[in-house]
Amino acid sequence: MMSNVPSELKYVSSHEWIRDEGDGIVCVGITDHAQDLLGDVVFVELPDVDAEVSAGDDAGVVESVKAASDIYAPLSGTVVEVNEGLEDAPESVNSDPYGDGWFFKLKLSDLSELDDLLDADEYSAQCEDE
Amino acid sequence: MGQKTPLYQLHQEMGAKLVDFGGWDMPLHYGSQVEEHHQVRQDVGMFDVSHMTIVDVSGPEARKFLRYLLANDVARLELQGKALYTTMLNEQGGIIDDLIVYLMTEPGSSSEWYRLVVNCATRENDLSWMADKAVPFDVTLTEQPDMAMVAIQGPNAIETVCRVLGESRTRLISGLEVFQGVESEGWFIARTGYTGEDGLEIMLPDEEVAEFWKSLSEQGAKPCGLGARDTLRLEAGMNLYGSDMTEEVTPLESGIAWSVALEPTDRDFIGRSVLEVQKDTGVPRKLVGLVLETRGVLRGHQTVIVDSGEGEITSGSFSPTLGLSIALARIPATSATEAKVVMRGKEVGVRIVRPPFVRKGKKVFA
Repeated sequence: MMSNVPSELKYVSSHEWIRDEGDGIVCVGITDHAQDLLGDVVFVELPDVDAEVSAGDDAGVVESVKAASDIYAPLSGTVVEVNEGLEDAPESVNSDPYGDGWFFKLKLSDLSELDDLLDADEYSAQCEDE
Repeated sequence: MGQKTPLYQLHQEMGAKLVDFGGWDMPLHYGSQVEEHHQVRQDVGMFDVSHMTIVDVSGPEARKFLRYLLANDVARLELQGKALYTTMLNEQGGIIDDLIVYLMTEPGSSSEWYRLVVNCATRENDLSWMADKAVPFDVTLTEQPDMAMVAIQGPNAIETVCRVLGESRTRLISGLEVFQGVESEGWFIARTGYTGEDGLEIMLPDEEVAEFWKSLSEQGAKPCGLGARDTLRLEAGMNLYGSDMTEEVTPLESGIAWSVALEPTDRDFIGRSVLEVQKDTGVPRKLVGLVLETRGVLRGHQTVIVDSGEGEITSGSFSPTLGLSIALARIPATSATEAKVVMRGKEVGVRIVRPPFVRKGKKVFA
């Protein structure tokens, strides 16, 4: 089954997507491919607002019926907002991974890290190799 | 590539995610296992369980053989079609498999025979064990590899099946007690299941199952996969062989002492002497239910810490009906009502409860 990989987003190999919202702020979630691998999501543990994270740090946990899976901060910065809607509706990670299923927003500390991200084609190629 | 049931193509057409299960390609889910779970609790779902192994036991000594082979006593079956849940033990009292046995004839009939339904992952081991133990008895074991099996489960299951079947089979179904089955022109229709809901398990010839499945679908039964089957049985407090029970543990250590018939005392069955000793000296470990009332999901093999020592989760998952995580765990004997589970490096408090967790759609533990 082909998963949805929107071309306007950026990606990291650990299956998070990144949307540049301007002013050094990005929104982060997990990809359609990742949610499909996880199955029904039942809990999401998000980082605290104001937490400082470095690229690659643990930044939460997604629990599905099948397994627990770490969420990684794809970039370095400060958490400025988390998706509180996931508390009551974790299933939106499955139904709308690029919309209502977003996880958190980061104020970036190093904008040059944006250059290291994968684009949609590169991420799709990685998923096909898995 | 694994073995395929006669419904394999229909599963693909219905969007199933197929996984290997005991050497068979089986549906894990058809989109969302949580939705399928709710469908069974609230309405009606259907499962392809054709991978399960059906073995018929006949011959003049069928009853005598099964009374020796099985930990539960087939002499308790006093009505044609009645079913019994039992384990089959090794000499050490360890569980080789759990199974359902149906009495297919009138009790005491000279042509008495029984139907056994055993797990698919244990098939070869079971069949060779049974064949070996059958040698001194005048019995015939006949596997039925050309029969498919569909479980239709949920509060509206029986009504839905009756809309599909003709008047005569509907009449047969309406006469069934819980845990009883009936034969009908090559079909065997039983009021049994593995979900904690009312429903039917129907065995029928391979070539008839696709049409039956399609008719059920047209009448509103939604296809459900192994994922929902697992969360449903866990909520119902039913053990899964290979996870909650193995050859290393006895039924008394597995929460199913009720399925062992130590009375009458003169019935010799394989494993009996070990169970008697265990009963007299005390069971060292027991299988309990755990409930996590905070966020997170209990998982198999996590360590459980109680006042009397350490144990392990044997099955853990999220309970869609309760909205929290539940588990079965084997722990050292204790009267404690609380335990700690090591989850992702942290000790988290859980309650110890007596399963089941859910019956007929409702929470049942205190």
